[in-house]
Amino acid sequence: MSRVLVGVKRVIDYAVKIRVKPDHSGVVTDGVKHSMNPFCEIAVEEAVKLKEKKLIKEVVAVSCGPTQVTETIRTALAMGCDRGIHVEVSGKDYEAMGPLQISKIFAALAKKEEASLIILGKQAIDDDCNQTGQMTAALLDWPQGTFASEVTIDGEKVKVVREIDGGLETIKISMPAVLTADLRLNTPRYATLPNIMKAKKKKIANMKPADLGVDMVSRVEVLRVDEPPTRLAGVKVETVDDLVAKLRANGTI
Amino acid sequence: MILVILPYSTVLPLSNTARLYAVCALRDSILKSLLAAAHGLSDEQKEFQKMAFDFAANEMSPHMAEWDEKEIFPVETMRKAAQLGFGGIYVQPEVGGSGLSRLDTSVIFEALSTGCVSTTAYLSIHNMCNWMIDTFGNTEQREKYCPELCMMDKFASYCLTEPGSGSDAASLLTTAKLEGDHYVLNGSKAFISGGGDTDVYIVMCRTGGKGPKGISCVVVEKDTPGLSFGKKEKKVAASCSLGAAHACVQLARDHLLVRKQFGETLSSNQFLQFKLAEMATKLVASRLLVREAALALQEGRSDAVSLCSMAKLFVTDECFNICNQALQMHGGYGYLKDYAVQQFVRDIRVHQILEGTNEVMRMIIARSLLSESG
Repeated sequence: MSRVLVGVKRVIDYAVKIRVKPDHSGVVTDGVKHSMNPFCEIAVEEAVKLKEKKLIKEVVAVSCGPTQVTETIRTALAMGCDRGIHVEVSGKDYEAMGPLQISKIFAALAKKEEASLIILGKQAIDDDCNQTGQMTAALLDWPQGTFASEVTIDGEKVKVVREIDGGLETIKISMPAVLTADLRLNTPRYATLPNIMKAKKKKIANMKPADLGVDMVSRVEVLRVDEPPTRLAGVKVETVDDLVAKLRANGTI
Repeated sequence: MILVILPYSTVLPLSNTARLYAVCALRDSILKSLLAAAHGLSDEQKEFQKMAFDFAANEMSPHMAEWDEKEIFPVETMRKAAQLGFGGIYVQPEVGGSGLSRLDTSVIFEALSTGCVSTTAYLSIHNMCNWMIDTFGNTEQREKYCPELCMMDKFASYCLTEPGSGSDAASLLTTAKLEGDHYVLNGSKAFISGGGDTDVYIVMCRTGGKGPKGISCVVVEKDTPGLSFGKKEKKVAASCSLGAAHACVQLARDHLLVRKQFGETLSSNQFLQFKLAEMATKLVASRLLVREAALALQEGRSDAVSLCSMAKLFVTDECFNICNQALQMHGGYGYLKDYAVQQFVRDIRVHQILEGTNEVMRMIIARSLLSESG
């Protein structure tokens, strides 16, 4: 039966106040609280639910990065994934790592593990790229169901309800396929105490991108990171006419 | 995430919105984990702690004020907690428990109490009752009660204190007399957490002579004929104190960074800086003492009783002072029910009294120090 790969990314926790490094090369990550990307939590939850419904056989949690990402894999295991894969990337490669490199890794792993489904979060809350799922599908030449708010497996096909600007779109795609999870797909479970203990015994395999034949060279160079401009004070007006006049004056309309 | 409590207004809106902002600020600041709550823990303990913090922030914190105001015993929330394994944390897995250590338990309760101290205090009592049956009961008793208590299908209460015996617990008067194939209990118990709402009562009663050696433990179920409940007392609840103090240090810190007076934020004031430093230091010291006591208990060390007494004494006193000081730092706002800090102060004041008053703790420690083998 089917095996599902789920991507879990370790990101700065959503509640942390982000600070830009003094040299503007990036944001401060040392000593800052990190956790699993919220959309990845939703992806894990969906995969585990599919397994509980006995529609898929095995869920493998995958993360790319330095040693610390194993914490994120353990959280996925505690939520119900069967085993983990840690693709070791550190130093400059890790800093430069982006959707292209990740999707190459996932494409290679999908073939190696003979996966029928890859479920990813729609985007990561640190870079907001929203590219990895799409690129992975393209590299594998697999169909994609992105921004999924509902997933139903029907034999060898997957029905996906997608959240789009115009509303909801329903598509039917064949497996193997790539899905990306949107906010309303599900509510991720808390790991239970017994499952956290069981997760200790689950295996996490180690490998390097080179083992998968993936080159990590980035085609993107970050030039500078700045904070958003400070929000300016607003202006109150007395009438609608005043409002329209002001909006015209500052070029908004 | 909005977390600024309006700093410049002269009148703070006494609204649910302000309450929500305060709660959200608490949640955010807890997540910053400035105060090293996770240091020295194993990977699994960090997972438990993270999960418990999340549960506290999402399921408890938003309701803490309402539960207090309306005197609600939050059955549904506690059942959710039980599904995660919080109903029998250190109860054996073969009867449905999570089989964790005392240190694991301390870490969990500390995190949960950042969401609601009194609910967590009740959870710790329920867990203790469950553990008592698991540890001292026979197979039939364990199999009958523990699984239900672990899932919180049934709730438990611990009944020792009586109107006439608090600190002098061994002088209790409730009797249990064997008559044929059953025991008849006679007496009354007081200050019972969950009393009237719970299903299983662990009752300490006298089956023998005077003093502690004459006391046994009888499990009484709710609808037992002759069991009645008095009125619910109006009252103003060691790991639970820690969580409250942790939350209050975070709240105080955030307030100092936001509130301005005399043209500067309060955080520029050296007295307040020093006070905050002292509070944080006492918190970390308290946490270390609790965790050491938990370790001693689970390893069965000979100093476990003294260490637990010291921990209870030190931590409840220090944490109350921390919470009280945090309230003071909020000025007038600290006294408003819109702000969580006052509830933490009220909820943990009782910890200096219950489970053995801090005076009794001193008795235990002194006795140990002055004994022949000490």
